[in-house]
Amino acid sequence: MSAPAATRSLALPGVARAVLARRVGLGLAAAVLLLILPQLVPTGTALAIMNQMGIAVIFALSFNMLLGQGGMLSFGHAVYFGIGGFIAAHVLNMAGRGTLWLPVPLLPLVGGLGGLAFAVLFGSFSTRRAGTVFSMISLGVAELMAASSLIFDRFFGGEEGITTNRSKAPLLLGLEFTRDRQVYYLIAFWLFVAALAMYAFSRTPVGRMANAVRDNPERAEFVGYSQHRVRFVSFCAAGFFAGIAGGLFAINYEILTAENMGLNASGGVLLMAYIGGIGYFVGPIIGAVIFTFLQSMLSDYTGMWLLYLGILFLITVLFVPMGLAGILMLHAPAWRSRRIGRLVVPYLITGALGLVAVIGAIGLLELLHFVAVSEGAGATKRLFWTTIAPRTLMPWLGFAALAVLGALGVRWTAPRAAAAFAEVTK
Amino acid sequence: MTNMAAIELRDVRKSFGATPIIRGVTLAIEAGTRQALIGPNGAGKSTLFNLITGKYPVSSGRIRVRGEDVTDLTPYEINRRGLARSFQVTNIFTRMSVFENIRCAVLWAAGYRYSFWHRIGAARDVNERAETVLEQLNLAARRDVPAGVLSYAEQRALEIGITIAGGADVILLDEPTAGMSRSETEHVIALIRQVTAGKTLIMVEHDMSVVFDLADRIAVLVYGEVIAHDTPDRIRANAAVQEAYLGVPQGVA
Amino acid sequence: MFQLILFSILNGLVYGMLLFMLSSGLTLIFGMMGVLNFAHASFYMLGAYIAFTLGLRLGFWPALVIAPIVVGLLGAVIERQGLRRVHRFGHIAELIFTFGVAIVIEEIVQLVWGRPAKSYQVPAALDFPLFRAFGSSFPAYKAFMLVISIAIFAFIFVILTRTRAGLIIQASLTHPQMVAMLGHNVPRVFMVVFGIGSALAGVAGVIAGPVLGTFPGMAQVLGSIVFVVVVIGGLGSLTGAFVASLLIGIVQTFAVAMDVSVGGMLTAVGVPASAGGALHDLWKVTIAQVAPILPYVLLVLTLILRPTGLFGTRET
Repeated sequence: MSAPAATRSLALPGVARAVLARRVGLGLAAAVLLLILPQLVPTGTALAIMNQMGIAVIFALSFNMLLGQGGMLSFGHAVYFGIGGFIAAHVLNMAGRGTLWLPVPLLPLVGGLGGLAFAVLFGSFSTRRAGTVFSMISLGVAELMAASSLIFDRFFGGEEGITTNRSKAPLLLGLEFTRDRQVYYLIAFWLFVAALAMYAFSRTPVGRMANAVRDNPERAEFVGYSQHRVRFVSFCAAGFFAGIAGGLFAINYEILTAENMGLNASGGVLLMAYIGGIGYFVGPIIGAVIFTFLQSMLSDYTGMWLLYLGILFLITVLFVPMGLAGILMLHAPAWRSRRIGRLVVPYLITGALGLVAVIGAIGLLELLHFVAVSEGAGATKRLFWTTIAPRTLMPWLGFAALAVLGALGVRWTAPRAAAAFAEVTK
Repeated sequence: MTNMAAIELRDVRKSFGATPIIRGVTLAIEAGTRQALIGPNGAGKSTLFNLITGKYPVSSGRIRVRGEDVTDLTPYEINRRGLARSFQVTNIFTRMSVFENIRCAVLWAAGYRYSFWHRIGAARDVNERAETVLEQLNLAARRDVPAGVLSYAEQRALEIGITIAGGADVILLDEPTAGMSRSETEHVIALIRQVTAGKTLIMVEHDMSVVFDLADRIAVLVYGEVIAHDTPDRIRANAAVQEAYLGVPQGVA
Repeated sequence: MFQLILFSILNGLVYGMLLFMLSSGLTLIFGMMGVLNFAHASFYMLGAYIAFTLGLRLGFWPALVIAPIVVGLLGAVIERQGLRRVHRFGHIAELIFTFGVAIVIEEIVQLVWGRPAKSYQVPAALDFPLFRAFGSSFPAYKAFMLVISIAIFAFIFVILTRTRAGLIIQASLTHPQMVAMLGHNVPRVFMVVFGIGSALAGVAGVIAGPVLGTFPGMAQVLGSIVFVVVVIGGLGSLTGAFVASLLIGIVQTFAVAMDVSVGGMLTAVGVPASAGGALHDLWKVTIAQVAPILPYVLLVLTLILRPTGLFGTRET
């Protein structure tokens, strides 16, 4: 699962077995981690965030089936997430009323099928072309669905959305899902299964051709494959897994609104996947975890968490297009040759100075926001655990100094870190 | 054994807008032969390839491959009927490894279609075939390198490899030796000879030594028309061909 | 009835010309650089907000001139420092970049001006009804909007077709490499076009802000419609943008004014529409409520049936 989109050397049977063993090992380690995570951080907030992360990871992985694997940039992937969620919510309500028998653990599958159905519908024409046209169609479909949600009141629940109740459904093997922790294990289970399935999909004939069509759709046609068909299969698979994430969302939050299907949600998953690194399978996982973490943590302290994430996204696009996963992969040779230890000190130094600069920048932005917006409010603001008077000069000078000195420090020490990196990667 | 025409063009014409490029080509390529398509620049050789392989639609005329009318088919439909082509400008899957490039070219011929229930690592037939082709191309040492970082000659070899990996019976190569040194060219000639044994080959080429070395017959395309289609010796002596290339009729070379 | 038609046409024209101001820049930028600028509507928003703030201190008319210049300069900087850098990563990276810029601009607007809508007023000099007809009045400000947009269009048309700079821009649209070979600084041309396109969007914001509202979501709302216009008109075609802008502007204005239900419409043309059933929600809805979807239905249809749009020559 840590291998990049290209293959590793399978020339020798021994090497092939070793690689397979390593991948199975990683999978098992991930499974174990998922199992014990609630014990590691047993607080209620942590659990809620972990549930959110789990759902986001599945959603982001499904998105990357389109972008990273297939070269299709969709601005409307949340449509399949949301539709899966709505259908799951309605089915859950029906199960609660006794209209049909469906226990909660099987509900994500219903969401998946819902997402799949709509992916088949919209994908039939969306995937005819790749590139900018595909992106625009995806945008059009998203807008269509957003506007439709105002019309089809009964399905989308209008402004309040659709609510559901997971404790009313019939039980499977006596498993209840009244508490967050129980929901966590359900999410963890589906996360494991879905991630495994999506990884396996990339290692199938159509999965490999998806990469080929991404790289050179014309050539793929000349080796016998319809680029439209290949993209269509990927699109439907991505819609299916997005629907599973939507179903889990319905179970976890017990409410779905048109927002969950909308452009902001679609934009969010794009940010997640890209920051994490679209060229690697684990990239979206990393991106979803970090994005969800920052979103939850930051939104408690500042209303501008999206600005910070947006800036992080722009920095990634401009300077680090390989994403966080890409940066980690760059260090793989150093890790393998066990020389990674030599990077600790230079990285810590540059990193600490970078952190200082970031604190300074954040401080300035927060001060600016306070002064610009709060006219009648009090004269003080809590920032970085201290009380500050934004209308005086001191805080401005202080944060500006931090920003400038931090930036200079990074400029000064970065070459040394880069040299250390070059040395251990030889 | 009757030699059925592997490719048959009947009064094929192609215009781009108001400009006629192919002005009525009628040509039959016998199965099992190696033939070259030569002609001055701008004669329409690549266009002809694009028409045969389905990249462009014809303005009029019919094209048959192995007896079947393929005039209005898409490139992948034509490829599935046993015709494969290479490109003049290298057209590979840049981010995938060399091995994966070849393997992708084998998948449809091996019958996997749009399967998402087979594990590619366990598909022995496909993997073994790809390894074989890799060896033939002499690229085994570059197996896991992303195709985009190969040298020019290696990429041209890979280009040919992708074309023949699927086992197509009719092979179209568009200037396979363009831009190569003498020794590289000789390697490629040997490779082409090896991989097209028993198949039908049509080659667009400018390098006359390659043409006369490999070709059983030569077709000469000038301003969108075939002015001669004959054995190499008779082409060499053909006055119209000499005039097209040199401007004046020459004595026998 | 006549009131409806007359005012819908007039309002539709005003809205359509506004859309044209926005879409012309977007389609030019796409035609030249191959990149669909997601942040184009963000410049529209910035134009409105900057004009609002400047207007508080300097008055509407200076703001009308200064704000677009500021926005245009910002656009040029973003092109130079950002877009040019991601250009080598391909079209998808450029799209993603402009998408990120749109997000950041929207957040910065909220940072500096806050979330609630701004009461950006029509200037007193233009705040009177221009004429009355069939019981309704047509505000002078809207006529002003129309005049300004037509003037700008004429200005651009003259520059593009009659000046040397315009010729170079037109040539760079289709043959950037050739133009570069002829010794022109094509990257600079791109930057200038990007800047002018952004300034145009800014002007649209300055004059539309009082009418369509000045709030952080204004970029998203109008941005999608502008995309529709550009695609339907044909990417890279100014004529197409013009025709499509007016088309969408008038159709949408008419649709919003029509209080008839879809079911009623269908019955009027002889198609039976049952009262119950799953599509009940659809039948009972009014044309006015369906109006927001219409552009997107047209967008999807265009992309399926004729991706080059009405007048365009390329899809990507």
